[in-house]
Amino acid sequence: MSPTSAPSSRRTRNRALRSPLARFLVRRIVTALLLAVGITLVTFVLTNLVPGDPVSANLGQRALGDPAIVAQWRADHGLDRPLPQQYLMHLEGLLHGDLGTSQQSHRPVLDDLAESVPATLELAGAAILVSLILGVGFGVIAALRRDRLSDHVLRVLSLIGISVPTFWLALVAFYVFFFRLQVTPGSGRIDPGMTPPPQVTGLYTVDALLSGRWDVFSSAVGHLAAPALVLALYTIGLLTRFTRSAVLEVLGQDYVRAARAKGLPGRVVLFRYVLRPALVPVITVAGLAFGSLLSGTVLVEAVFAWPGVGQYAYKSATTLDLPAIMGVGLVVGVVYLVINLVVDVLYGVIDPRVRVS
Amino acid sequence: MTAESGTAALSIEGLRLSIGGHDVLHGVDLSLEAGRVHGLAGESGSGKTMTGLAVLGLLPHGSRVSGRIAFGGRDLLGMPARELNQVRGAKIAMVFQDPATSLHPMLTVERQLTEHMGHHLGVGRKEARERAAGLLAKVRIPGPEEALKRYPHQFSGGMRQRIAIAVALACEPEVLIADEPTTALDVTVQAGILRLLRGLCDDLGLAVLLVTHDLGVMSAVADEVSVMKDGLVVETGPRGQVLREPRHPYTRSLLDALPVPPGENSP
Repeated sequence: MSPTSAPSSRRTRNRALRSPLARFLVRRIVTALLLAVGITLVTFVLTNLVPGDPVSANLGQRALGDPAIVAQWRADHGLDRPLPQQYLMHLEGLLHGDLGTSQQSHRPVLDDLAESVPATLELAGAAILVSLILGVGFGVIAALRRDRLSDHVLRVLSLIGISVPTFWLALVAFYVFFFRLQVTPGSGRIDPGMTPPPQVTGLYTVDALLSGRWDVFSSAVGHLAAPALVLALYTIGLLTRFTRSAVLEVLGQDYVRAARAKGLPGRVVLFRYVLRPALVPVITVAGLAFGSLLSGTVLVEAVFAWPGVGQYAYKSATTLDLPAIMGVGLVVGVVYLVINLVVDVLYGVIDPRVRVS
Repeated sequence: MTAESGTAALSIEGLRLSIGGHDVLHGVDLSLEAGRVHGLAGESGSGKTMTGLAVLGLLPHGSRVSGRIAFGGRDLLGMPARELNQVRGAKIAMVFQDPATSLHPMLTVERQLTEHMGHHLGVGRKEARERAAGLLAKVRIPGPEEALKRYPHQFSGGMRQRIAIAVALACEPEVLIADEPTTALDVTVQAGILRLLRGLCDDLGLAVLLVTHDLGVMSAVADEVSVMKDGLVVETGPRGQVLREPRHPYTRSLLDALPVPPGENSP
């Protein structure tokens, strides 16, 4: 504990690691990495347990009749080796960024994912952003204006948001806003005929901004709006309800009254004493909801013809394209992992009790 | 700060309160003096706590108050919210019943001790920190400098209540309202907290309103005692007189309910 005459760089590093928050973060990240290895094992085992033979799914009738061709195909794809060895080959490939070759598109799975993952991330990210802003905002307003008109209206709306099935809403939104009212552009990520911005992040909105293409940006935002809102509606409703009840619970806490008794300004009481503790349960729910939001992308992508992971996963699954399925599984697993890591870290940042004890 | 004995630091006159149409207080009169502890006794639901909350304008929603709460020549009841906020914590401070819930679980002790100093006294971070350490020493928290960095859950109940008292004293208030400050604590810890309150009252010339349902607590520290029943003060007077020669039958029944009658030899 006492300051010594050790070199200052070492001292600061030690001090950084001694801080409970830093130790907490390191622990969480190490756990996440171990889980990532676990995910590769699970995706590998699951894809190999699926009933159905990738050979018959990929070769034509005539080729299937020829044992030599079948054996050759199995050897080419490493299917003739024992499973543990296949897994090790798979892991080794992963380390080199090689996710195998899609048996359907005959392109590296990594290249396929590099196109579809950003599309889905852009869609899901926009939905998450909108849900957080609107869901938490509405929830706080409803709690602070409890039992007044705005509270009742928000509660009914959030109930609708939770109850409406996403696929139905997607169809209705597409029909009403595109076919009938023509206020939203049609399917896809940008207007047909427009060239996508040069790829940096793969998110069209961001890339368009980076390259200064305002026309592409507005087109991308326009195309993003309807599917993202459809996807977000459920989480907006969910977060509104959870935020409302969390804020109401904290408002009744003694320490909020104590903060008022200290004469702190209203906004300090609201942000420091009400919202900060209320965010803990909200973050838990948000983490879970964003996981389920990802599964919603499959349906929304299908309706809005959004070239994302959802569509890719569906195509791969129906053709038993094992490398592609494993790639998608890995991506989805890692996204869940990242969401959980972010949730855990936020717990630690917001509530010191998590990291101190 | 050293107001003469005899002048009221805070006086409550004819305080009436109804919450959601239900009458809670029917004209409460109380007077607090600097350097004196005024005990407010009565059973649960008699309106003791509400009287304390009314002083700081912290009553629950749907409350209607009338009467007068005179402090420094002004009526706190009619005061605009902004001005009342400058009185809260700065001139009149409050300590709550349960220190496990009245401190913010996610803020360091330092933050909770210093945040209102900035608003009320305009002191800088460094000075506020020094004052905070001094306050913790004053309420006898061991190792004040270390304690500042810690969180409430790392302290025992008695220590937390001492911290809550330090928070209340941070801006050198003239009036301290203590709402059942020992009820949630172990009996062994209670005496220490009461001695602390008594000492602070004497040393700092604080006017203390000690709300409690425990006449034993009352007999230990109060100079004046008021007894409340059903939203009214039924009896008020010096401690010795009220506790030894109660005039109101209700006070007598409260005293009879004690296992050991409050004796002469209480501290």
